[in-house]
Amino acid sequence: MEKEEVKKIIYELVEASTGKKKLKQSDILKKVSADQGIEKDEVKAALRDLVDAGTLIFTYFGGSFIEIPPK
Amino acid sequence: MSKKYDTPLLDELEKGPFPSFVKEIKLAAKHSDMSGDLLGHTELCFKERVTHWKHGGIVGVRGYGGGVIGRYSDIPDKFPGVAHFHTVRVNSPSGFYYTSSALKEMCDLWDKYGSGLTNMHGSTGDMVFLGARTENLEPFFAEVSSRGWDLGGSGSAMRTPSGCLGMSRCEWANIDAMAITNDITQHYQDEMHRPAFPYKFKFKVAGCPVDCIASIARADMSIIGTWKGDIRINQDEVANYAKTMDIKAEIIDMCPTGCMQFDGKTMKIDNSNCNRCMHCIAKMTKALRPGTEKGATLLLGSKAPIVTGALMSWVIVPFIKMEPPYDEFYDLVDKIWEWWDENGKNRERIGELMERLTFTRFLKDVGLDPHPAMVKEPRRDPFFFWAEEDIER
Repeated sequence: MEKEEVKKIIYELVEASTGKKKLKQSDILKKVSADQGIEKDEVKAALRDLVDAGTLIFTYFGGSFIEIPPK
Repeated sequence: MSKKYDTPLLDELEKGPFPSFVKEIKLAAKHSDMSGDLLGHTELCFKERVTHWKHGGIVGVRGYGGGVIGRYSDIPDKFPGVAHFHTVRVNSPSGFYYTSSALKEMCDLWDKYGSGLTNMHGSTGDMVFLGARTENLEPFFAEVSSRGWDLGGSGSAMRTPSGCLGMSRCEWANIDAMAITNDITQHYQDEMHRPAFPYKFKFKVAGCPVDCIASIARADMSIIGTWKGDIRINQDEVANYAKTMDIKAEIIDMCPTGCMQFDGKTMKIDNSNCNRCMHCIAKMTKALRPGTEKGATLLLGSKAPIVTGALMSWVIVPFIKMEPPYDEFYDLVDKIWEWWDENGKNRERIGELMERLTFTRFLKDVGLDPHPAMVKEPRRDPFFFWAEEDIER
């Protein structure tokens, strides 16, 4: 699967969870890897790109989560 | 800068024989508004017996999920200097060795971008820079990283590994604690900067079982230098010690397994029963030396009491060679983290998970064979002192 496609899937997953459930990095790796049948490392690399670009950010609320940055 | 607040409660903490953080904040307040407001803010927290700090949130540097701990005042109008008071953790060098110029450089940077207050070191081991506004985090990070420094770990991540000074100054180190600390730091950069665990995970590396850094109580995984084979005895030096110390009272009777004998001239050790506490070696440094085959004991699971009570570490690998490239060690750590990831709840430390699912399950799932030397909590408390009334005379 193309990296850009994985990035899109991750973003949509985080977006859909916003306001409902905070996702940890491992939640995203497990879910996307299982749903798409790809290695966790592939998902991790795509997620890292999103974080490096500031499209997604890490937050801390009693634990570390991945979220969409506030506008 | 003139004094802004009366601080009668904080002033009490300046009294007594010990160094006082209040005194240092007052010194910093002479040239820093942030430190000045910190005094007033802290005094109010003490007076009202309630914290006015808010912790966590969305704060950090681009690409990293840790290294910055968000802290805001909930009364920013009253104390604008501490409206933002974020903490920045900078990865400390192995063994905590610094040149004076490096320290001066870091302090100058912190005077420029933060409150000027530091904490050397935090309990994890990082250099802790206290008090920065959000807009100063990226510039500070850019400056320190351009000088070869990096942020440490925070949040649900591998925290900055730390260790004793090992072979650099201690002849009793059985492993190169500084090299191992550095190698773990470099090997697990992603795990330190991008939090992916159920909760925090700390490594601490002690060169020998004396465990000066108390890793057994403070690290999720302790790596403690040890040895195989017989303790080497220099009987001539034993005889010299006999002239100045009561070997029976101070050594033989204090051996936890009673594996030593001394007839007034010759010392004998039943090495098969030695549990390598290292008391005798540490007390008779010229007469006794560890065996020649060096390695480490790995322990897992200690933690301080935050979510549940405090735990001490459990021996999971009685002996492992700790030599570069440490493949066997990293393979095991990866398996342990995978098990934690699969089974751990949010904010559940590895020691708590091991307690919940049982040690048997842990061994089976990560592929470790049970061994009699996998002792649970080999020392209840490395800083335990008996009270007078506890002692039967």
